[in-house]
Amino acid sequence: MSVEARPDAGLDTARSGTAAADPVKPARRSHAAGLFSNLAPPLVVFVAFIAFWYAVSYLVLEESQRFLLPPPHDVFIVSFLDTVNLTEILDALLSTTQVALVGLVIAIAIGVSFAVLMSLGKWVERSLYPYAVILQTVPILAIVPLIGFWFDFNFRSRVIVCVIIALFPIITNTLFGLQSVDQEMHDLFTLHKASRWTRLLKLQIPHALPAIFAGFRISAGLSVIGAIVGDFFFRQGEPGIGRLLDVYRAGLQSEQLFAALFFSSLLGLAVFWFFGLFGHLLTRHWRDTSGQQF
Amino acid sequence: MEQTSPSSPGTRVRSSLNPEAVAANAPIIEFRRAGKVFEDGTHAVDDVSFQVRPEEIVAIVGPSGCGKSTLLRMASGLSPATSGEVDSSPERLGYVFQDATLLPWRNVQRNVELFGELRGAPKEERTRLAREVIDLVGLKGFERHYPKALSGGMKMRVSLARSLTMKPPLFLFDEPFGALDEITRERLNDELLRLFATEDFAAIFITHSVNEAVYLSNRVLVMSPRPGRIIGEFAVPFAFPRSADLRFEPDFARLSGEISHALRSELT
Repeated sequence: MSVEARPDAGLDTARSGTAAADPVKPARRSHAAGLFSNLAPPLVVFVAFIAFWYAVSYLVLEESQRFLLPPPHDVFIVSFLDTVNLTEILDALLSTTQVALVGLVIAIAIGVSFAVLMSLGKWVERSLYPYAVILQTVPILAIVPLIGFWFDFNFRSRVIVCVIIALFPIITNTLFGLQSVDQEMHDLFTLHKASRWTRLLKLQIPHALPAIFAGFRISAGLSVIGAIVGDFFFRQGEPGIGRLLDVYRAGLQSEQLFAALFFSSLLGLAVFWFFGLFGHLLTRHWRDTSGQQF
Repeated sequence: MEQTSPSSPGTRVRSSLNPEAVAANAPIIEFRRAGKVFEDGTHAVDDVSFQVRPEEIVAIVGPSGCGKSTLLRMASGLSPATSGEVDSSPERLGYVFQDATLLPWRNVQRNVELFGELRGAPKEERTRLAREVIDLVGLKGFERHYPKALSGGMKMRVSLARSLTMKPPLFLFDEPFGALDEITRERLNDELLRLFATEDFAAIFITHSVNEAVYLSNRVLVMSPRPGRIIGEFAVPFAFPRSADLRFEPDFARLSGEISHALRSELT
């Protein structure tokens, strides 16, 4: 009997010739069928949403009011097929993306470092954690003017807003991951004289990776929101998508407004999805991830 | 028995049993009226005295929550006794829990190499030793498998192999096969007996199965409910190597019956 060919059946089963207590894995659906069943439900919702949009545009709104919600194809024609508008929006999107990514990278560096520090000693956690919570609960719009006041109304201030808004989920998720290692595992590392540093690198950080990436994913979405909020307030330098949204609103350019909205959502979705996929690829060979979505 | 001072940790790592001490059959570990009261006031273990000599297997049975696991943590030095003494716990220990406690992000080979790695053994030696013990526990061909692809019994073999790389003079088993089905469990009992014979280590084996205790050990200690005390000691006279048929011998049944009786008398 080839033992290697059936790793799931297990050696004990193979040797004793009896069904062991192994749970039998459910048969996997074919890849195509799985993809379809994953995509079909959101697709149905999308079609329903577009239909609802048309219905409101044409059936609810008078023609004089239609600028409040122009029909989808108008949005598409004005902002996607008109290169001048499209270029304007994409340029702004690029500027916002830069702010969001720089902010996210800084938030990751600070957040992970703080979480590691807090995991090293209960007293560090006790002294720092309340301030992390305050950072999370302080109304971001209330401190935005102050940030502009201190750091100017340019790129730097926008990045700072991003960092503040994205920091907390990274700290809490990383800290949770680092602290959720089993006591028995810690005991074994103690028994074999592992240093604090070795314990962190070989036990706690790998164990925390899934939680860390869950935090990155949440913060990625938040950093885009932070960048757009920053755009609204800090108008020096290249205009971001947030500023463009405000310009379109003031000019009653609702087709462009919707397009800008669409692209900023897409940006949030893209970074969220990217970190989900990245975390998944990094841990899929050892995690039991059946049925998990990203 | 080695007694290296704590001020020279570098020499402790590679030290092994002192041959003279083994010749004199000095105990490998000794509990002298040892007790444990936790900070929250829980009295877990009370006035426990026993010895384990080289190559001796001592099984401990007791009701759940009687402080058996605490006893092992005291034996390992992870949780020092609050009264009495635990003497000359060896520096290299095999410690096997009910959970296999493997690192899920490491394959079998790298999991088995872990302890050597933590103690700074050279890469080449680690790899060689890991191959050897993987073979010894019958997992050859599974080196590249990750724990998620292994059955419970196989994970336990990896856990055993990982400790075997330390060539420990003393193994501590904390209900290692408690979560496995009976067939796998009996299989692993036999493998363990084979390892006892070839690898020459002593062991404290905690279990809630009286049959398993009698089958594996030279001596069975019975513990009382908390605070855990030793309320009975039974010598197991059956010669090694033991075979599975031993479980159906009348003498085996009689001894198991006596131990069960001692266990139950304390519960009522």
